[in-house]
Amino acid sequence: MIYVIWGIVFVAGIWLISTYNTLTALRLRIDNAWRQIDVQLKRRYDLIPNLIESVKGYMQFEQDTLQKVIDARSQAMVSKGIKEAASAQTALTQSLGQVFALMENYPDLKSNQNVLNLQEELTGTESRIAFARQYYNDLVTQYNTKQQVFPSNMIAGFFRFQPSELFSVPEAEKALPKVDLRLRS
Amino acid sequence: MVFFILVGWSVDYLYLGVFTPKGPTIPIATLSALAFSTIMTLTAYYGGADLVLASVGAEPLDGKIPEHRELHNVVTEMALASGCPMPKVCVVFDPAPNAFATGQDEKSSAICVTTGLLAILNRDETQGVVAHEMAHIRNHDTLVMLLVSVLLGGIALLADWAQRSCFSSRYTRRSRDGSALIAIPALLLVVLSPLISRLMALAVSRQREYMADATAVEFTRNPLGLAHALEKIRDAGLPFNKATRGTAHLFIVNPLRRRVNEREGGLADLLATHPPIDRRIRLLYQMAGLPSPAMPSSADAKFA
Repeated sequence: MIYVIWGIVFVAGIWLISTYNTLTALRLRIDNAWRQIDVQLKRRYDLIPNLIESVKGYMQFEQDTLQKVIDARSQAMVSKGIKEAASAQTALTQSLGQVFALMENYPDLKSNQNVLNLQEELTGTESRIAFARQYYNDLVTQYNTKQQVFPSNMIAGFFRFQPSELFSVPEAEKALPKVDLRLRS
Repeated sequence: MVFFILVGWSVDYLYLGVFTPKGPTIPIATLSALAFSTIMTLTAYYGGADLVLASVGAEPLDGKIPEHRELHNVVTEMALASGCPMPKVCVVFDPAPNAFATGQDEKSSAICVTTGLLAILNRDETQGVVAHEMAHIRNHDTLVMLLVSVLLGGIALLADWAQRSCFSSRYTRRSRDGSALIAIPALLLVVLSPLISRLMALAVSRQREYMADATAVEFTRNPLGLAHALEKIRDAGLPFNKATRGTAHLFIVNPLRRRVNEREGGLADLLATHPPIDRRIRLLYQMAGLPSPAMPSSADAKFA
């Protein structure tokens, strides 16, 4: 009979220890998850301005070349007299040649592809932040549930575990943003 | 595990007369079966993942290709959502759309996606597929299926050995100690055990697939992403040639061209490693709270 009692005490002790450990581990993982959100925010802060600068750089490069072509073409249009026209046409041919050389030397230099890359990186960065917050909320829900559900709420109350706060968003940021794609002229 | 122990116990009871007054008191067959299967489990556990990746022809990502960059971003997002460390990401150059996950635990896991899948799916759908694979990793499905298959092998060996020793002279002497009422079901258990354990392994595989689908929705909170991905993969219908029967259960959609996986109903339900893909799509639409879409194949009424 005494062995049965000792057996019950032993099993109860194991359950108590494992519940306490689970609650503690969850609390620490929640702290970690909160900091992981900060990691993603910092990544966005560091990465995005540099990406935008690099894309602007590419577009500027192409813009100069294209501008020369456009200028040469309009020059060719307005020139009068054969000599002037000939030299304007030569200038146009030359600048077009520059464009073709550009395309051959830098086959990746398509501003469209760079903009697509920038879009993908922006989407990825924002998604990472969102998923990090989602994970944090999931952990907090798990932790709070464990504190309130029947067997473990006794342990939680005894050792004074506090519920954690979910990640919340201020009202202003919940509004639907307006997308304006008009070109500024 | 219980089934395995039951088989070992049956062998002990029938052939060694263990639980009767005159036989030995230690259940030798059960213990040796357990020891044997433990050794096999540990051996396969530490070997497995790299072998699978090599057999399929997996290659690391190429940073210059936009789809590969997108895949890397998608896997990172799913690692964040699941709380797992970032797995190794590989690509297989094959037109058949499919994906799988391997690895003994979270820290040494790998996800592999075919270029066929990257070509036909958009970002949300790829994310659904990757979430499904991440779910397999987080739920330790590779470990579960490994244990199941090792136990399967162990049971087959044990039953084989038991049947062979059936015709030795020891049997006729000791059989008088046991009672016939227990002996007949025990005998049936030993003979049918390879078949029963194979069916159990397939059932486990199917249930883990449903669980991975549900966990994927838990990660992405977007059931339609995975649903549309499964629809597109089903419509593509290409078998993946480098998969073998041993690795087939690791893929998101069964890679082998076997008729049983495309049908629903009695026999197909028992013998398929993956659940019927139409049912998976229907369940995902239900999770989204939408009515089921029009299906190209059979009986909608059964699951309405």
